[in-house]
Amino acid sequence: MGTTASQLGKDLLSEYQELTFLTKQEILLAHKRFTELLTKDEKDLPNTRIPMERILTLPELKSNPFRKRICHVFSTSEQKDGSLTFEDFLDLLSAFSDSATLEIKSHYAFRIFDFDDDGTLDCGDLEKLVNCLTGETDDTRLTPEEMRQLISNILEESDIDKDGTVNLSEFQHVISRSPDFVSSFKIVL
Amino acid sequence: MADSESFNVNICEMGADYENLEEGELEQDSFLQYIVELAASTQSCPETLEMDVIRERKDSSSTSSDDAQGETPDTEQTSSLQRQHWSAATLKVLSSMPSRTAGQNSAAVISRRFRHPQLHRHQTSSCDSFQPSGSIQVDLSEADVEEVSAEENKMEQLASNFRGLSLSEGTRKLRAMPLSLGEKMELRRLAFSDEVKSSLISRNIPCYRSVSESISRTWRHCMFSCLPILSSLQLWHSAMKRLSGRYGTGVLSYFLFLRTLLRFNLLLFVINGLFVVFPQVVHPPCHLNDPHTPPTGLELFTGTGYLTQSIMFYGYYSKSITKTCQSPHSTLSLTGGSLVHDSPQTVPYNIPAAYFFTIAIAFFIICMILVYRISKSIGKSFHVLKSDGNLAVQVFCTWDFKLSKKSSVRFLSEKISTQLKELLSEMISREDEKSCMQRLGRLMVHLLAWAVCLASISLGTMGVYYLSENPTEESPDAFKLLHLSAVVSGINLLLPGLFNLCAWVERQDSPSVRVYVSIFRLFSKQVLKRNRKPVFDIARNVLELIYGQTLTWLGVLFAPLLPAVQIIKLFVLFYMKKSSLMLNCQASRKPWRASQMTALFISLLFFPSFLGAAVSVSYTIWKIKPSSGCGPFRNLTTMFQSGRLWAQELESTHPVLSWLSWVYNSLVDNPLFLFLASGVLIMVIYFHTQVVDGQRRIISLLEKQIENEGNDKKFLITKLQTICEQNSVVSPQR
Repeated sequence: MGTTASQLGKDLLSEYQELTFLTKQEILLAHKRFTELLTKDEKDLPNTRIPMERILTLPELKSNPFRKRICHVFSTSEQKDGSLTFEDFLDLLSAFSDSATLEIKSHYAFRIFDFDDDGTLDCGDLEKLVNCLTGETDDTRLTPEEMRQLISNILEESDIDKDGTVNLSEFQHVISRSPDFVSSFKIVL
Repeated sequence: MADSESFNVNICEMGADYENLEEGELEQDSFLQYIVELAASTQSCPETLEMDVIRERKDSSSTSSDDAQGETPDTEQTSSLQRQHWSAATLKVLSSMPSRTAGQNSAAVISRRFRHPQLHRHQTSSCDSFQPSGSIQVDLSEADVEEVSAEENKMEQLASNFRGLSLSEGTRKLRAMPLSLGEKMELRRLAFSDEVKSSLISRNIPCYRSVSESISRTWRHCMFSCLPILSSLQLWHSAMKRLSGRYGTGVLSYFLFLRTLLRFNLLLFVINGLFVVFPQVVHPPCHLNDPHTPPTGLELFTGTGYLTQSIMFYGYYSKSITKTCQSPHSTLSLTGGSLVHDSPQTVPYNIPAAYFFTIAIAFFIICMILVYRISKSIGKSFHVLKSDGNLAVQVFCTWDFKLSKKSSVRFLSEKISTQLKELLSEMISREDEKSCMQRLGRLMVHLLAWAVCLASISLGTMGVYYLSENPTEESPDAFKLLHLSAVVSGINLLLPGLFNLCAWVERQDSPSVRVYVSIFRLFSKQVLKRNRKPVFDIARNVLELIYGQTLTWLGVLFAPLLPAVQIIKLFVLFYMKKSSLMLNCQASRKPWRASQMTALFISLLFFPSFLGAAVSVSYTIWKIKPSSGCGPFRNLTTMFQSGRLWAQELESTHPVLSWLSWVYNSLVDNPLFLFLASGVLIMVIYFHTQVVDGQRRIISLLEKQIENEGNDKKFLITKLQTICEQNSVVSPQR
């Protein structure tokens, strides 16, 4: 069952609605925004895959420092190039929606922050994460000494089994301490 | 990290070998054999082994790894499993550890975890009590595991999880699993193939299951679209999304608080309207004898004249409702001269009792709702788990993904950077102890600021008191009435400005600045307008809201329609604040912890505001003699008496209900019962604090246990490495 760009079948819509955390209106809005990104030729093909560069033109993702990681995490392409089909796009919106559970959100947040995709957050991942948070300009970046101190503090606070990395359970443990996480881990179209 | 990346690539390619391994208990011999075989299979990638050898040689010469980024100070010990350069086999084992593969979502990984129940059952059973029940690890460990030999059965393996569940339950469970949508659809098809087909076919035919679903759907539909007020709140939903996108969660918390207050006022309005206003409106009282002066605009402010006799105020309500309003003149004319006093037909609805009980019950309901919300929000923001040090929380949880404007994103980055740098600078260089003189100077500044604030408050209070006590002999002129309110409002405007100045002074870190010089400087405009655009002062706006709500609660006893006025005011305020925010303000630079602030707002709303109003209202009802000239309590000593009279009346007309008054007399009025109730409550609270204490102790014990397990893991991995080395030494040609 493919998704042609022109319409979304009623059965498919119900199935999507049951399997994601999105409402029917949100799915239809997502479909509209997705088809706007397609070129004329692509509109006729079922299950088209939009390359990452075009996805990143969406205003909700354009300025997000984690936009590339988000695309990579939700992409199911074999080439790991961050391209998204419509179903990947729905996965993305579902994980970032209002009603997604804390477990889902923390799971995907972990994968987004895991820059080298090895299943844990080690020092390299943490450094890249902090650099994304603090921005591009020189005066907001941390000095190497501050970075070192920060990473050792983070590991001291969150690495419970002391293996030098933060795995998923430890990450979820840290997240559970912050009640603001669920409300800030949201993207709405 | 490029080197370890290449290791990872090799490891992934050899994935098939690992999955074909026979299951069973991993005894050391078979395990060792397996490792040896794997090491043998690296023959296919000789360059890997070469790099391995080179690295081991390099490793032996220097203790630090070539991982140039993010070195922590304690690298002398093998504190990290990532920084040692293990052989390919060891790295393979490391990367497929259950704790590492938890981060990946492919069905392959999940099915692999199915096949190691003995490895992760121990893990998950300890996680059980602390992870939320929907966690994927708990779900998976409950499954019955069969031996699987081929990769194609992975999905079927997962699908067997859902065998015992109904379609809707299974769908809900599927929804909470972090798989991609395609995999979920395939799983659903495998697990519920018959049911899915039949439900797809019979989607238009109602069967008993879908009837309940459609009922709940239509009910949800009604809730959201039928009630106009709720649908307008949906309108605010989109406006708030836009606001939060631009200004962040801090400003959003103010508007959410405004919406909460609106709901409270709506509830109060509905209760009052149904039981007090509506019966009186339907049968208006007969004492509207005063000729109306033409209403002038000033009356909106003073409330005299036309408004006194309106439904807004307490005076409108009468002791009893009369069905028809017959003045003595009309009866005379009707009966042609004979003086007949027709007793007016009364509706059996006791207005005074209704008034009293409505106010009492409304306050009680609001009290319950407030207490419930406070407990929820405080529970959310303060946790059982130890929260010393919040750097990790700062780094992992502060990014607001809702922001879409480039400038807001930049702002947030700057904010986070400043926060992190501040926290780090405290840690990197400890602050020198301030000298005694400096500390004394700081103390003087604080004391002076406090003194100024307290003096201004007491002056204001005394002024208001004297003004209100002075009797006005002549008939109250409209302007004189307004004097008092003008003075109060003026004080309200000036005092917060003064307090802001005091706070600014206190924030000056260098106490060498002379206090009076700095206060003088503060009056200059340059200091007050540092930025071009003002910042939305959340605290001040919230306090204004709370103040308005306090006034509403104080006044609702004497003006039952005051909640309606407050609702209109809140509506107007929302749109005004929103447009002024969009046009004028920039995002605040100060960090804002939204959920803790929400807890604080609700607590402030409850503790001084609501409790103060409730205490004043209760005192008024209980003690103060109601006015004899107007109002429903005209002839009673206290308003409370109306309730008692009603109860006696009820008893006399319906003796069956006498048990009600018995219950009241023995329970509510009885101090012993209240004493017992509060005793029980205190015991429950004590029990809960003890439970929380116990949980904290368990948590620290478990953390120690996890640390020990981590040490065991390191020990085993190093042993594995040495065994591998021994084997590779023994057979160098491999």
